[in-house]
Amino acid sequence: MADTATFSPSRRLVLTVMGLGAAGFAVGCSAGNTTAAATGPVTQTSLGDYVRIGSDNTITVYLRHIEFGQGVSTGLTTIVAEEIDADWSQMRFEHSPADDAKYGNPAFGGVMGTGGSTAILSSWAQLRAAGASAREMLRQAAAAKFGVDASDVLLVKGKAEAGGRSASYGELAADAAKITPPDAATLQYKDATAYEFIGKERDASKGFGRLDSADKVSARAQYALDYHPEGTLTALLARSPKFGGKVASFDDTAAKAVKGVTDVVQISNGVAVVATDFWAAKKGRDALKITWDDSAAETRSSDQIFADYKKLLAKAGHDARKEGAGAAALRGAGEVITADFEFPYLAHAPMEPLNCVVEYKPGESAVIHSGSQMPTADKGAAVAVLGLKPEQVSIVTMLAGGSFGRRATQDADLMMEATQVAKAINGKAPLKLMWTREDDIRSGKYRPMAVHRMTARLDKGAIEAWGDRTAIQSIMAGTPFLPAGAADLSSIEGGFDIPYAISNITADVHWPTSAVSVLWWRSVGHTHTAYAKEHFFDVAAKKLGKDPVAYRRELLAAHPRLLGVLNLAAEKAGWDTPLPAGKFRGIAVHHSFSSYVAEVAEVSVKDDGTFHVDRVVCAVDCGIVINPDIVRAQMEGGIGYGLSSILGEAVTLKDGAPVQTNFFDYGVMRMAQMPKVEVFIVPSSEPPSGVGEPGVPPIGPAVANALLAATGKTYAKLPLGTKA
Amino acid sequence: MKLTINGKEQEYTGEEDRPLLWYLREDLKLTGTKFGCGVAACGACTVLVDGEPTRACMTPAASLAGKKITTIEGLDTPAGKAVQAAWQELDVVQCGWCQSGQMLAAAALLTATPKPSEQQITDGMNSNICRCATYHRIRGAVARASEIMG
Repeated sequence: MADTATFSPSRRLVLTVMGLGAAGFAVGCSAGNTTAAATGPVTQTSLGDYVRIGSDNTITVYLRHIEFGQGVSTGLTTIVAEEIDADWSQMRFEHSPADDAKYGNPAFGGVMGTGGSTAILSSWAQLRAAGASAREMLRQAAAAKFGVDASDVLLVKGKAEAGGRSASYGELAADAAKITPPDAATLQYKDATAYEFIGKERDASKGFGRLDSADKVSARAQYALDYHPEGTLTALLARSPKFGGKVASFDDTAAKAVKGVTDVVQISNGVAVVATDFWAAKKGRDALKITWDDSAAETRSSDQIFADYKKLLAKAGHDARKEGAGAAALRGAGEVITADFEFPYLAHAPMEPLNCVVEYKPGESAVIHSGSQMPTADKGAAVAVLGLKPEQVSIVTMLAGGSFGRRATQDADLMMEATQVAKAINGKAPLKLMWTREDDIRSGKYRPMAVHRMTARLDKGAIEAWGDRTAIQSIMAGTPFLPAGAADLSSIEGGFDIPYAISNITADVHWPTSAVSVLWWRSVGHTHTAYAKEHFFDVAAKKLGKDPVAYRRELLAAHPRLLGVLNLAAEKAGWDTPLPAGKFRGIAVHHSFSSYVAEVAEVSVKDDGTFHVDRVVCAVDCGIVINPDIVRAQMEGGIGYGLSSILGEAVTLKDGAPVQTNFFDYGVMRMAQMPKVEVFIVPSSEPPSGVGEPGVPPIGPAVANALLAATGKTYAKLPLGTKA
Repeated sequence: MKLTINGKEQEYTGEEDRPLLWYLREDLKLTGTKFGCGVAACGACTVLVDGEPTRACMTPAASLAGKKITTIEGLDTPAGKAVQAAWQELDVVQCGWCQSGQMLAAAALLTATPKPSEQQITDGMNSNICRCATYHRIRGAVARASEIMG
């Protein structure tokens, strides 16, 4: 999902296009009601929309964001645990139902969804209030039970105590639910100095750490692909090899002859083979003979697309930024330097390929298990396809094996496909639609290809003018996420708003179109803007004979938080200390998703030109830190994910079809390429902000800058490969 | 045909070319073994066959008659227990999808090489992909598991 600075979806538009109209939903728990738990004799009591207390004294926090590795199951729960005065061993989490009214994301205009590193940022105030409100209800219930004044009740580690009497939250919950929640304006919050959980280090000896660890280590954790009710049929879909191709005709004789194949059905995206199990479905799909109509398909190769993009760059595009004299200042005294930065399509390639299970009863109901990143859109798609009422469709959000943006789509592609197949077989059995890895790599929704034409005029020992002209497909144009006619500046977020104090700045963008589908990819526009901005900055600094850190300090004087991470990373990396022969440093600093990150890469370059990133020192300022170890984990992972992409990842097209097929030719990083990572966190009392994405953007340019220091070359074509 | 899975004998009557992965997941409901690529390129489906790390996605179940197969659900060797304890202690997991395969690979590595060097850890783990890039912590956790084993 794009940075919230450039992303403002219209909820009305989303609902309209997804076929929901203005209808609301009525699913899930209702506040204050006592509901029986799914299993066993434990009674569950809701105290508000986000907190549920069990008679077994567990406290469950409803997550309106999906847990797909980024740690929300711990982070969001920590906020509630703190304000409700829990013992950590009580804490549990559960994904909330798909219900915009209760669980919409304020950062997305009230649409339910996970992305843009907004989970903590958008939940902080809300979950503090949820925890504090529940705490006061428990306090009142305890006061009544003990016959004392509420102010005499002490709440500590999941228990209420007064006058020598004590009751657990589990014992008090049913009474507490009958109490009117306090006015939000009257809620008192803990002072940060009294925090038990927020900002505290993981401590395995006290069982304080990620709430999803134990189940994932023991493999008890349940993902959508693990959900397999008796009699489930598995469907694989044959999609057009070229983007934009349509089925002209097909012969399913051989497919139907495969043992286990039950149905072959055509849907909007291709031809689905349905079978009793995966292996039969795969053999059935392999046996299909399909003739494709490519009249509207993309037929170019990547080289041609890059050439077309560069042709566009000869002319000015949509103006996004003008400081001083803007583009006119790129001509004049001194030296003008320029470079075209080329970025390929990238696949997200989450380890769990897309899948969901649809249990459809025609005219009655549908229950859908899915790793849903945007339950509102998914539900809307299911409602539209199946012709059911919103209240007849429930989305059960499961853990997801990664996403990196892939599960948040503009068109609910997975849900559309799965429900169309479920409908075509008339709901005769639970229907699992699966994507194979080949489907994942070859079926689009890529980080868009892009060319940044970077230009700078250097004069009087400084960058006098800066120009960034980009050609890139828009992710949001023509979708419900962007009002018609609006400019999609998320395409160049982090680039056009370059923070350096340069007198003359120009940034403009062209949005060419293609039948290749593109999507938000972890850190979105920042994946390429940060690379072009930060690497070209070093190219300019080198020409000027300036130290990359010192020059950044000079031009970032008005940005204390950027300066803070820059200085911390430089200090911890020993920027001013010499390195052994053959080792080189590069630094990059970038602001994205309301957080600030600087990274220093230490790279060794061998005589034959091969290089290796040995060490990365990262400094992050993400405001108040909820879980420092999860911040570190997200920086480590973001650095790995970003490094993987700049070293070896590319989806290239030949005559409109992807060349790559699976992990043996889509070059994701393995352990041997992973550097040692050290993460340092800037102490802050600013509101908490995102960590899922901001670790990604600086690593590419930090590595490129180290290579520049080693060879003097500009690294403008990605991926970099293995040689400097 | 009889297969031994996590110490329990199972009668396999399925298709000859059907990979073990789908027999484990769909028939036996042992869903801890994950599908990642289907072409033995990522290691998410790693199981142990007579102690050797093996890709269940490309190994026909029917080729394993008489073999002892261990999945994450049955990983109770000293190395396996140490690995799981270390993974939890260091909070290695993020999305978690690849981690069963990672832990089985680590258990096999530590059984063969109880005190691995940094390079041996990388070599032993390099064929298992983690898209969350938890590699940094996996390295630490393999070393920690080695300590736990004593």
